[in-house]
Amino acid sequence: MQRHLISAADLTRDDAVLILDTAEEMARVADRPIKKLPTLRGRTIVNLFFEDSTRTRISFEAAEKRLSADVINFTAKGSSVSKGESLKDTAQTLEAMGVDAVVIRHGASGAPYRLANSGWIDAVVVNAGDGTHQHPTQALLDAFTMRRRLIGPDAGLGRDLEGKRITLVGDVLHSRVARSNVDLLHTLGAEVTLVAPPTLLPVGIETWPCEVSYDLDSTLPKSDAVMMLRVQRERMNAAFFPTEREYSRRYGLDGDRMARMPEHAIVMHPGPMVRGMEITAEVADSDRCTVVEQVANGVSIRMAVLYLLLGGNEPAVTHPRTEEK
Amino acid sequence: MSKILIRGAKVLGGELQDVLIDGGTIAEVGNGLSAEGAEVVEADGKVLLPGLVDLHTHLREPGREDSETVLTGTRAAASGGFTTVFAMANTFPVADTAGVVEQVWRLGKEHGYCDVQPIGAVTVGLEGRKLAELGAMHESAAGVTVFSDDGKCVHDAVIMRRALEYVKAFGGVVAQHAQEPRLTEGAEMNEGVVSAELGLGGWPAVAEESIIARDVLLADHVGSRVHICHLSTAGSVEIVRWAKSRGIAVTAEVTPHHLLLTDELVRTYNPVYKVNPPLRTERDVMALREALADGTIDIVATDHAPHPHEDKDCEWAAAAMGMVGLETALSVVQETMVDTGLLDWAGVADRMSVKPAQIGQATGHGRPVSAGEPANLTLVDTAYRGLVEPAGFASRSRNTPYEGRELPGRVTHTWLRGKATLVDGKLT
Repeated sequence: MQRHLISAADLTRDDAVLILDTAEEMARVADRPIKKLPTLRGRTIVNLFFEDSTRTRISFEAAEKRLSADVINFTAKGSSVSKGESLKDTAQTLEAMGVDAVVIRHGASGAPYRLANSGWIDAVVVNAGDGTHQHPTQALLDAFTMRRRLIGPDAGLGRDLEGKRITLVGDVLHSRVARSNVDLLHTLGAEVTLVAPPTLLPVGIETWPCEVSYDLDSTLPKSDAVMMLRVQRERMNAAFFPTEREYSRRYGLDGDRMARMPEHAIVMHPGPMVRGMEITAEVADSDRCTVVEQVANGVSIRMAVLYLLLGGNEPAVTHPRTEEK
Repeated sequence: MSKILIRGAKVLGGELQDVLIDGGTIAEVGNGLSAEGAEVVEADGKVLLPGLVDLHTHLREPGREDSETVLTGTRAAASGGFTTVFAMANTFPVADTAGVVEQVWRLGKEHGYCDVQPIGAVTVGLEGRKLAELGAMHESAAGVTVFSDDGKCVHDAVIMRRALEYVKAFGGVVAQHAQEPRLTEGAEMNEGVVSAELGLGGWPAVAEESIIARDVLLADHVGSRVHICHLSTAGSVEIVRWAKSRGIAVTAEVTPHHLLLTDELVRTYNPVYKVNPPLRTERDVMALREALADGTIDIVATDHAPHPHEDKDCEWAAAAMGMVGLETALSVVQETMVDTGLLDWAGVADRMSVKPAQIGQATGHGRPVSAGEPANLTLVDTAYRGLVEPAGFASRSRNTPYEGRELPGRVTHTWLRGKATLVDGKLT
């Protein structure tokens, strides 16, 4: 594995399967009365959030604390794009305080890449979402959720998603989740289809390793998992689609459409959901919808990533009782 | 002023000749000229060109003296072999009055490294709403003939039409920064395969091409000439080629960086590659080279755009757009056009001196290297190859995309009306 986690495209198939397998071990920790491992004791991780994202930050924080790391939360609303202190100065300031890893969320695409590759700091960099570029831990937790649901927690160990048919629906153009998922799912052998109105697909998408469709209804029966992407209502003001209702009619997932999916197929959503827009309450609250599970899996995946990037050679879970020492 | 004998130079890349400068003019061109009373410069087969003329330079003064001044910018120009630069109007305050253009012009004259021809803004404050006093700028001591809102597009079709018409009264030309503003909201790089992957806002080729198409039609309609700044796409080339075939009075420039670099470099997210218009694709680069060779694109202009280090040492979105170019322009043109066989040195003289001087009406520049002409000359060691080292730049800024890249050619001498501004690669 590379030293940093910047893009899902940087992961090989074996890297990704190792992360998923490690996350499976981490998930078992969550079932214990004491949900804590000593693995990252004495290591300091800063959550550097230039963009509001309570759920992602809390997920990382929970993961870091379960690994016994010291956690610093830094929320810089507005970001260096609106000037003031630069990203470089902020990062160097934090590193001077002895930080081993920086988990960064930034509104500018490429900010984590710059942080990792400009010689500004030495710490390990984990991308927690940058602009409309990448959100690799989201893709990993999604893949983890798919593997657990479509193959099984134990049966899935060591396996990828070969041949699974995954459909992503919605605002691909503005979505780092879509980009990360396409990269990772392709690496894991899945067949990906993106469904969106043409206005919400980027020019240049033709080189992506996936299919593209404008028609949701014809894609649903051929899907093992359908991931609905959030569509912000403001998009209609920029003429990406005429009205909320028209979007919802053509690309929203309701009960009738869900019934067209194969029986085993699951519905996913990275959250936050816009109920009534891309997904109805009926679907969101159904058993087939994995939204809450994805959140739980997010903690396990982030534990796995941090452990693998920072933990070094010690096994993560094999000797859990040493923590009582 | 004393005599200078340039001995054994390939004039415009041709046969070895001697060139005798007496005072501010070329006294004689020939073989075995007498060195009596003259300082001798042994050219040793270097190429002698008319002093280069850059129709598109940002000198930043007044307002952003932290990135460049008229002094540092004209020293950079002399280092790169230029004897005239046209200074863009997007300063603070904007060069939209006679007062500002005269100030810039005077500073250039005082420093004496290179003639500075200010470009006047087309509209007040570059805002695209109200014509600036174009006539007053023309009649000022600066004698402005080129007008541009560069950095911004004169996007309102009526304002553009009026500007094109109005400057006919005194033989001016409008240089358009072709960028349809609505199509480029949030634009950060060329829109295409790479922007889709990187999640950076796309700057579609059509935003440039649609404005060029509109403006050549406007120029045709009102019988004016129009100049296109930093043309960057294969589609733009097609439109200009069509316009010229119809006899429309359009001229166009290409920057050195658009002749060499592509948007693949943006994968590094290194803002040194952030520029407007953005780096395009390999296909565009090849079309631009071909168009410069066949004359569809008339000239090379640097769009030298200095920025302080902090404006590039940051994330992509926060970074300023632009790259310095005066000190590497000729090397990049040699690399992309001469060493590839697309253009000979006479062609380079045409695209980098003769034609830009004509478009901008820079009297005394872009002239033949022959007796009686002003001694604005550049001597180039075309056999040289070396790494680009920004630390050695005369420009105040270092935002070059070529750092560490090996490029051919090195300007060793520059003469402005017989006065050496650069000797053996060192500024005087």
